[in-house]
Amino acid sequence: MKIIVTVKQVPDTSGKVAVNENGTLDRASMETITNPDDMNAIEAALQLKDELGCKVVAITMGPLPAEGMLRELMAMGVDEGVLVSAREFGGSDTYATSQILAAAIDTYGIEKDDIIFSGRQAIDGDTAQVGPQIAEKLDLPQVSYAGELKKVGDSLIVKRMLEDGYMTVKVETPCLITCIKELNEPRYMSVRGIEECFEKPMTVMDYNTLKDHPLIDPATIGLKGSPTNIFKSFTPPMKGCGVMLEGSDKKTTDQLADILAAKHII
Amino acid sequence: MILDKKHAMQRKLFRQFAETEFTKELQDRLDQTGEFDWEIHKKMAKYGFMGVKIPKEYGGQGADYLTYTLMIEELARIDSVLSIYANTSNSLGGGPLMLAGNEEQKQKYLPSVANGEKIMVFALTEPGAGSDAGGTTTTAIPDGDEFVLNGRKCFISGAPMADWAVVFAKTDLSAKDSRGISMFIVDLKLPGVSLGTAEHKMGINGYPTSDVVLEDVRVPKSSLVGPLHKGFAYAMKTLDGGRLGMAAQAVGVAQSCLDETVKYAKERKQFGRPIADFQAISFMIADMATEIAAARELVYNAAVLKDNNMDATQACSMAKYYAAEAANRCAYKAVQIHGGYGYIRDYKVERLYRDARICSIYEGTSQIQQMVIANSLLKKR
Repeated sequence: MKIIVTVKQVPDTSGKVAVNENGTLDRASMETITNPDDMNAIEAALQLKDELGCKVVAITMGPLPAEGMLRELMAMGVDEGVLVSAREFGGSDTYATSQILAAAIDTYGIEKDDIIFSGRQAIDGDTAQVGPQIAEKLDLPQVSYAGELKKVGDSLIVKRMLEDGYMTVKVETPCLITCIKELNEPRYMSVRGIEECFEKPMTVMDYNTLKDHPLIDPATIGLKGSPTNIFKSFTPPMKGCGVMLEGSDKKTTDQLADILAAKHII
Repeated sequence: MILDKKHAMQRKLFRQFAETEFTKELQDRLDQTGEFDWEIHKKMAKYGFMGVKIPKEYGGQGADYLTYTLMIEELARIDSVLSIYANTSNSLGGGPLMLAGNEEQKQKYLPSVANGEKIMVFALTEPGAGSDAGGTTTTAIPDGDEFVLNGRKCFISGAPMADWAVVFAKTDLSAKDSRGISMFIVDLKLPGVSLGTAEHKMGINGYPTSDVVLEDVRVPKSSLVGPLHKGFAYAMKTLDGGRLGMAAQAVGVAQSCLDETVKYAKERKQFGRPIADFQAISFMIADMATEIAAARELVYNAAVLKDNNMDATQACSMAKYYAAEAANRCAYKAVQIHGGYGYIRDYKVERLYRDARICSIYEGTSQIQQMVIANSLLKKR
């Protein structure tokens, strides 16, 4: 049994966000982090590893420096990294990305008792499409928005957290699960993990590795092959400053209550 | 120093951990109650902090001195006392065993120290033997298969929580000065061991310190660590590495002073503009930053010397001396720039001022470091 986790390096939104002329993100100029929901996916995989002793593989598509992110995940306990990186893949939208990642996962190999974990969505695009699309392209069952998770025999019992309630689903492996932040609290790297992470195996899959895979069509990968066109990217204008009320008397609290009531907050 | 990928990652771990886990509530509670917090101790242990420098074969992480100094610096940058939590096992507690313990002793004690289940402390100082550690009057007299220990150790950091102490005692009563001293592991639950009340300290509250009193304490002969009568040399060697940790702690405290001060100087307005606009303030900040950068380089350099098995005694003392004094100067300036608010407990610099003060005192005062540095220059030829 192994668990494959799809991860993405995203701009640290607590810093400055820059945009290229063609509307895509200028990733080189920004600090990066591992996408927060993907960290929950990693943690879910590592918890199953702690329990069952299975192998955990992290896979990402991105420029070569994304290896640094994979090494950090290895320092948390991930056993192996797969970096899908090629100029031909650059600028891919969710459709193209899921196609490439599905091809990469299929090339790596999926067996009967394997699980794929993805984060629900990435904080840069916020589409929540790549995980489900990978499942579709690999013809695997998928359960999205996992807020609780338990492995029972050949199946996973997943509690899906929906806007107006929750749904408990039983799914057989192999399957793909998208994870949300309520699922767990990601662990830190460990000192020993860092000492050992540079010795762990790292595979780079480039265009040549994947070009003959049935899912890879040169016309539907990369920026040119992506059906999504970015019309315009911009930094939204700053919201107006807040209102400060001073005083701790009843008059001030009444004033605050009136304002909140007027905005239908209370 | 430009860190390689591995050390940069270690620093990132320590920084993330400290910034997330060392909450203001925890920091305030430790400072106000002075009590040890087992929960944070266990969490730090879970990620391997207690055994950073302890070899893997004894349950540690097998990392190097540079990693150790990065850890202490980053933890101390958020809370000085919590850097001590992770320091003891790697330094004065586990140090003597790593240096001089036999295989059986290392296997018996180090794994549970490395995983944080047990705490081992260093008991050298006595009421009459501080900087003059050779003036030890605690005795260990052989009696059959045992040694019988008598004496009083004071200012023993961590003694109230500790399971074991490495105790230095005179075994050759006719030998003068620092000669004839031996090193023992003493189980603090043994009959005859008692502890003084926890000291009320100026700073680094939250890691209790007390006396350890030994009255006819019988320990088996297997408790002797290293060769008989030769313990003092190992005490000095242990302190050598310990100084490096304390130097890193001082850098962390100084950096915290700078962080707080830069933030405050930009926010605080007087005469219609932020006080950072005034040269009198900005020059003090420039001095702080420069001294911290210099101190940090001294610390990292000493760590790299140790990692390459080169003589680092002088370098460790220089790092400890300079960083500790720099931390005190930075704390002074930080409080000065904060003005009246810096004298109020609501502001972190008030605590930093108190926490900085110990840096130039424990594990060898600044004056002892000056002696070590001078001796290495003047007595070598």
